[in-house]
Amino acid sequence: MILNFIYENIEFIYLIFLMVIVGIELISHVPSVLHTPLMSGANAIHGVVLIGAILVLGKAHSDDYFSLVLGFIGVVLGTLNVVGGFVVTDRMLEMFKKKDKGGKA
Amino acid sequence: MKKLISLETIALVMLVGLGASYMMDPTPERGLPIQEFFYLLGSIGFVVGLKMMGKPDTARRGNMLAAIGMVFAVVAALVFGKDGQALHNVPLIIGAIALGTVVGTMMAKRVQMTAMPQMVSLFNGMGGACAALIGLMEFHEMSATFAGIESEIGQAVVAAALALTGASSALQTQLGIIYAGLIIGTVSFAGSMIAFGKLEGKIKDFALPGQQYVNLALLGTVLGLAAGHTLGYLEGSLWFYLVLVVAALYGILFVLPIGGADMPVVISLLNSFTGVAAACGGFLYDNNVMLMGGVLVGSAGTILTVVMCNAMNRSLTNVLLGKVGGASAAASASNSAGGSIRELQATDVAIMMKYASKVVVVPGYGLAVAQAQHVCHELELLLESEGVEVKYAIHPVAGRMPGHMNVLLAESNVEYDKLVEMEDINPEFATTDVVLVVGANDVVNPAAKTDPSSPIYGMPILDVENAKQVVVMKRSMKAGYAGIDNDLFYNSKCGMLFGDAKDSLQKLVSEVKSL
Repeated sequence: MILNFIYENIEFIYLIFLMVIVGIELISHVPSVLHTPLMSGANAIHGVVLIGAILVLGKAHSDDYFSLVLGFIGVVLGTLNVVGGFVVTDRMLEMFKKKDKGGKA
Repeated sequence: MKKLISLETIALVMLVGLGASYMMDPTPERGLPIQEFFYLLGSIGFVVGLKMMGKPDTARRGNMLAAIGMVFAVVAALVFGKDGQALHNVPLIIGAIALGTVVGTMMAKRVQMTAMPQMVSLFNGMGGACAALIGLMEFHEMSATFAGIESEIGQAVVAAALALTGASSALQTQLGIIYAGLIIGTVSFAGSMIAFGKLEGKIKDFALPGQQYVNLALLGTVLGLAAGHTLGYLEGSLWFYLVLVVAALYGILFVLPIGGADMPVVISLLNSFTGVAAACGGFLYDNNVMLMGGVLVGSAGTILTVVMCNAMNRSLTNVLLGKVGGASAAASASNSAGGSIRELQATDVAIMMKYASKVVVVPGYGLAVAQAQHVCHELELLLESEGVEVKYAIHPVAGRMPGHMNVLLAESNVEYDKLVEMEDINPEFATTDVVLVVGANDVVNPAAKTDPSSPIYGMPILDVENAKQVVVMKRSMKAGYAGIDNDLFYNSKCGMLFGDAKDSLQKLVSEVKSL
C-alpha cells in the first residue's frame, strides 16, 4: 500500500525531496543579522496557501453558505499573510538599504 | 535599482500579454499551459527570491522577486481556475483579496519597528488559519458528497464499489492529507496567537505540572484520532471536529510554557509548520507552486530555527520543553541579595564618556521600548565630535529576535560598520574605557558563564566586565526578560543610571554638551 502510494505520487516525492535540499542550502550560511527579515520573508512565501483558499472558495456552490463564509474568511486571512508578510519584510529590509546608502555618501 | 524596475516591467508585460491572449480564446486547452507556466514562474520567484534574501545587498530585491512570483501564482489560480474549470464566486474572491490587501498593508505599515516580531507571528497565524479552513471546507464537501451517495445506494454497495475500483484508498489518501493540513495549520494558528500575546505582554508564561506529558498525550490523541478516522476504524464526521479542537488545545499548551526569550525560535518553528500545511494543500490540489513554496518554507524554516538556536547556544529540545521559563523563578529567588550597587548621576556618566577614548554601547530591548534609538545616535555623534570612538555591541538576540536591533538602529541612521557582532566586539572590551548598557540585561549577565544552575547558563554573552567602567541604564532593579538577577550590577566597576532610557540619554546629551 505504501509502495503504491509512493509510485502514484513519485513526481511529488522527487519535488519534495529536492525542495527540502534547496531550502536547507539557501539558509545554511546566512548572517544572523538577516534572520528576522528572512523569517518574515519565508512567512510571506508560505502565504501561497492562499491559492488553496481561492480554489476551494471557487468551487463552492452559491447556496453552500458554510463554505462561502469559511472560504471568504480563508481568502482574507491568506491575503493578510501574503501582503502583510511581504510589506513587513520590505520595511525591515528598507532600513538596511538606507543604511548602506548613508554609509557610502 | 534600475535592474529592479526592468524586472517588474518584464513581469507586468508578461502578465498582461499572456492574460490578454487567453482572454481572446478562453478555452481550457489554452488556459492550462499558461497556468502551469505562471506557476513555474512563481516557484522560480520564490527560490531565487529566498536565495537573494540571504545577502544584505540583494535582500530587498529578493523579497520583491518573491512577491512578484506570488502575484503570478495567485493571478494564474484566479484567472485559469483548476483543471481547466473556471472558478465560481469570482467577485467574492476578489473582494476578499482586496479586503485582505488593504488591511494587511495598513497593519504592516503602521506597526512600530519594535513590535515587528509580534507582527510576523500574527501573519504566520493567519496563514495557519487559512490552511486549517481549507481542510475544514474540503472535509465538509467530502462528507456532503459521501452522504449523498450513501443515502442513494446504501453503504455496503458503496464500500464494495470503492474497494473494487481502488477509489477507497484514493479517498483515504485525500482524507489523510486534509487531516495533515488541518492539524498542522491549527497548531500553527493557535501557537502563533499565543506567541503574539506573549510578545505583546498580554499572556504570561504558564506551565502545568508535568506539562510535557500532557502535551505528548494531546499530540498522541490528535494523531491517533486522525489516523483512526482516515483508516476507517472510526466513523462519523464528529471525530474530525474533535481533532480540530484537540489540535488547537495542543497548539496553545505547546507554546504557553515556553519562555519569552525563546519566542523567536518558536515563531520560526511555527513558520515552517505553516509551510508544511501549505505544502499539504499543494498535494491535495495537485498544485506545484503551493507544494514547492510550502516545502521550501518548511525546510528553510526548520533550518533557520536550528541556526537561531545555535546562535543562542540553546538546543531545540530545551527550547521546546521550556527549560528557561520553568527554572527562572527559583533561580531569581536564591540569587537576589547579591550585595550593594553604586548609583550614578547623569553628570558623572557624561564626564566619564567625554574623556574616554573608546565607548561601546550595548543596546537592548529597553532602548527599543523607550524609542531611544534616535537620541542614542545623537549621543554617538556628539561623542565622536569630541574625538571619542563609539561602537555598538550587538548580541545575536538583542531586542527580541536575531537582527532585530540592527533594524532598529538602522532606522535611526546608525552606520552599518558601527554595529559590531558579539564575536568581534568581545576581544575589544579590554581596551574599552566605558561600556554603556542601555536597556539590556540578560545578554550581559555573567551568570551565563559562571553559574551552571542559572537558566541562561551556556548562552554566549557580551563580556562587558572586561572594560574599565560599565554604566548600566535601567528603569529599576527589576530582573530582565529571563526573570533572573544580574551579578554584573554588584561588580565594583559597574555603576547604575536609573531612569527611562530615552530621558537618561537626553540628559547625557545635554550634560556632554555643557561640559
